[in-house]
Amino acid sequence: MPIITGTPAASETGRTLSKEEIARYSRHLIMPEVGMEGQLKLARAQVLMIGAGGLGAPLGLYLAAAGVGRLGIVDFDVVDFTNLQRQITFSTSDVGRPKIQAAKERLAGLNPGIRIDTYETRLTSDNALELFRDYDIIVDGTDNFPTRYLVNDACVLLGKPNVYGSIFRFEGQATVFNYPAGPCYRCLYPEPPPPGLVPSCAEGGVLGVLPGIVGAIQAMETIKLILKTGEPLAGRLLLFDALAMRFRELRLRKNPACPICGEHRTIDKLIDYEEFCGIRGEEAAPVTNGIPEITPRELKTRLDRGDDLYILDVREPHEYQICNLHGNLIPLGQLPNRVNELDSSREIVAHCRSGKRSADAVEFLRKAGFQKVWNLKGGILAWSDEVDPSVPKY
Amino acid sequence: MAIKLEIPTALRPFAGKQSSLDLEAATVGEALKSLTNTYSDLRKHLYTDDGRIRSFVNIYVNDEDIRYLEKENTPIKDGDTISIVPSIAGGR
Repeated sequence: MPIITGTPAASETGRTLSKEEIARYSRHLIMPEVGMEGQLKLARAQVLMIGAGGLGAPLGLYLAAAGVGRLGIVDFDVVDFTNLQRQITFSTSDVGRPKIQAAKERLAGLNPGIRIDTYETRLTSDNALELFRDYDIIVDGTDNFPTRYLVNDACVLLGKPNVYGSIFRFEGQATVFNYPAGPCYRCLYPEPPPPGLVPSCAEGGVLGVLPGIVGAIQAMETIKLILKTGEPLAGRLLLFDALAMRFRELRLRKNPACPICGEHRTIDKLIDYEEFCGIRGEEAAPVTNGIPEITPRELKTRLDRGDDLYILDVREPHEYQICNLHGNLIPLGQLPNRVNELDSSREIVAHCRSGKRSADAVEFLRKAGFQKVWNLKGGILAWSDEVDPSVPKY
Repeated sequence: MAIKLEIPTALRPFAGKQSSLDLEAATVGEALKSLTNTYSDLRKHLYTDDGRIRSFVNIYVNDEDIRYLEKENTPIKDGDTISIVPSIAGGR
């Protein structure tokens, strides 16, 4: 009579755990809330991550480590130096590589037993439904409003839960939308802010640990949904203030008038989300239409020949400390109160980091009657690229 | 009524860099008016040009969204916390 040692547990699909997998997941297996059944649920789960950035980093690492059987990653970005402060999937040697390639290598190294599918593409209304269809859970780790509304609408149309997290400076929000048929992102925020009113992470900064914490919360919620254990973060908006180190919870209700998940659906297919967010074509290049500009090279030529130019730096004092063009610092927010410090008879070149804030400054000064004022096109970033590479970019 | 008003990170630069304020008001609308009277730069972030609360800014009394209470007429009582919670999209 054969002696059966260590019979592998079978699931309804016949998937079993190998001896090595049992060792790998032993800390899960010894908890009744997960156990063999839960670990096999994880192995059968298919999770699609939108974005392999700050939120995607801890998310990908924890989902891979936990043994989620199939992980999809959508991203079209390339690793750069400014990512390394928080995107812990990547190492310094990854700079310049596509994020999905670097992430796939790192996650496959962490757990060779899972399937990782990468999609090096921008998520659009044309590909979202097709991409989402195969997956059970969508995790939103993107960094812009159009994609967040797109992810939401695609999840509602397909009936899939959307594990949401977003961050700003020291503050995070997390919830699970559309589970099961609960409130969606549009129930929480029917419309996005107009462009320019809310700064992005690139403009506003973010403390590196923050996406780590919020992304880890998303990973936890994803795993709970797969295991069907505990209380999902659905119908609740979790707010996290890292400076105060405080978590708060607000009630999130389904809006009966929601245009996509409400009683009278008016959105029954994916729309143009850039248009919805009012940023048609303006996302890449700052809005400088009609604002008089000077290019970095032109400015250099004029300074070299000794022209009397007043360089106005409209950034914040802490940015001036990073690098500067020896300009006179008046932060944009103080300009209205300090405009009398400027001499309207002199030629003024305003600059900031990228040319966006200084465009606002130029517009303000022109309206205030200054005739000879120009915006440095592309700001310090362009100055570093085109004139003086020794000026650091941030 | 003495209440506490919570200011989110994104709006703190327009509210004297404070994370919260203590003020007196009988309704949510009064509290917000009192706030924007003190910090007028906040007004455009909270209200549209025609004076409606912007649709990407939610206001809560304790944990309840005022859209499901009496909106800006929602009465408040001593010790309540009003939170301004704007939409944020960062993730990278």
